[in-house]
Amino acid sequence: MYAQLVDTGAKRLKTLEEMSPEERAFQEKIDADIKIEPKNWMPEGYRRTLIRQISQHAHSEIVGMLPEKNWLTRAPNFKRKLQLLAKIQDEGGHGLYLYSAMETLGADRDEEVAKLHSGEVKYSSIFNYPALSWADMGTIGWLVDGAAIVNQVVLQRTSYGPYSRAMIRICKEESFHQRQGYQILLDMMRNGNEEQKAMVQDSINRFWWPALMMFGPHDSDSPNTAQSMAWKIKRMTNDDLRQRFIDQTVPQLEYLGCTAPDPDLKWNEERGHYDFGEIDWKEFYDVVKGNGPCNRDRLRTRRKAIEEGSWVREAASAYAAKQKQKNAAA
Amino acid sequence: MNQNQALFEYLLRLGDSDMVLAQRLCELVGKAPALEEEMAIGNVALDLIGQARSWLEYAAELEDAGRSADDLAFTRDERAYRNLLLVEQDNGNFADTMARQFLFDLWHYHLLSALSQSSDERIVAIAAKGLKEVTYHLRRSGNWIKRLGDGTEESHAKMQEAIDEIWTYAGEMFIADEVDSLLADAGIAPDLNALQQKWQSDLTTTLEEATLACPPMDAFMQTGSKQGMHTEQLGYLLAEMQFLPRSFPGASW
Repeated sequence: MYAQLVDTGAKRLKTLEEMSPEERAFQEKIDADIKIEPKNWMPEGYRRTLIRQISQHAHSEIVGMLPEKNWLTRAPNFKRKLQLLAKIQDEGGHGLYLYSAMETLGADRDEEVAKLHSGEVKYSSIFNYPALSWADMGTIGWLVDGAAIVNQVVLQRTSYGPYSRAMIRICKEESFHQRQGYQILLDMMRNGNEEQKAMVQDSINRFWWPALMMFGPHDSDSPNTAQSMAWKIKRMTNDDLRQRFIDQTVPQLEYLGCTAPDPDLKWNEERGHYDFGEIDWKEFYDVVKGNGPCNRDRLRTRRKAIEEGSWVREAASAYAAKQKQKNAAA
Repeated sequence: MNQNQALFEYLLRLGDSDMVLAQRLCELVGKAPALEEEMAIGNVALDLIGQARSWLEYAAELEDAGRSADDLAFTRDERAYRNLLLVEQDNGNFADTMARQFLFDLWHYHLLSALSQSSDERIVAIAAKGLKEVTYHLRRSGNWIKRLGDGTEESHAKMQEAIDEIWTYAGEMFIADEVDSLLADAGIAPDLNALQQKWQSDLTTTLEEATLACPPMDAFMQTGSKQGMHTEQLGYLLAEMQFLPRSFPGASW
């Protein structure tokens, strides 16, 4: 769930009567759970919303490699180093895969990446928090990938065919990452010394709330949800997804022998769900606006890579053109 | 020095070079000039870490002193490391990274080809598996040498400078010491002169295609890694890589 606050451009839902014949046929297809494919007609708002959502998701995969890279060079043994690098590689692969899905909508990867670098479009707020200890490699896998999976499992049923198929593939790998992450923490809690156990708890304390923020604002503050749900780009609301994540995660937290930094977290028999405290929304919006601990660093790193690589890409194009010329002459 | 001691030493050299180069490549995550290159660099690093692990596992078994492959990689000090000076050099710009990679890959490819014929079965198994991976590494880095060498004026100049700058670290891999000679005599490791001839011949061909000048083969070459005498860069690399095991001795992760 690497997409937050995706704007649909719609102020309110149109009724079937208000729709043009094309729009109506489109909506009826959606309502009948028939997937929309790249060559099918689609409303401009649907297309633009999807580009925003998929590109934000792709950018999140790419930026999400950076906090893990911070510990890749300090991974403690062969096994963990190989696992972490493989995970980072998977994320790069997801990014590429999602950019391709986005390009089926007529968007251009370079243009969308330029929008990321100018700050015009966002990536998930979670990656603006720093990875400060090795335990964070476990927590990110468990909580961050875990939160992403809750959203993405639902998105496997999203209405746009290429996005839905990307989600099916990505979910398989993310589930693997989540288990690996949890195992890192479990090993530290079971076999670690006191310092290592404290490292795990500290990591959970830092990532708990930001992970809950990944699902985005309350439904009451999500003006775009209704349209995204009608188009089946989104399949569940932010609050429902968040509740589902908490309900799944708390037993895992207890099994670990750790606690959440939320005194209000407790099982509610009547609701059949966990109750939990109020998220600090000011922090969420501060981070979204660019004031998280790592926003500047993350964007600077991405921009620098692309800027410093421009001569390399130019060389590759020049070489390819020369080869083409040679082959034509031969 | 008996054959087992020589073999242990030799395995450290193989494993350490793979590991140190992989560590340098890990530093590049998030910094590649394109997403596709990001993936390629990571794949090469993954292969090299896997190979390092295989060599060091064998070394640890041979040593039989209660040290694991992890202990060898993550607790040995700079002076005990046996990687080539070439691979510990900084990433520099993309041309520097690729010059280092290509000179190493070309050596690595011919070395693993030869080791696939070793009289030591365990070495044959590790080398044969690694050779498949390194064949791809070499094709990729060779392609980049040509792209950058025969790309734009700017990339040509950068590529030439990169080759010239790193050249002094390229000779060491062909200078045999007692370990090399002893293992060559036993049919375990290849003769370095033969290896050098193949390396030079392929190198000349690629550089020519890349419109790059090959620095003189008789230039002064830095040595020392076989005795654990490194450049100043290795210490920082190891300090980072070994941070956790050294900060929390005996902890399991």
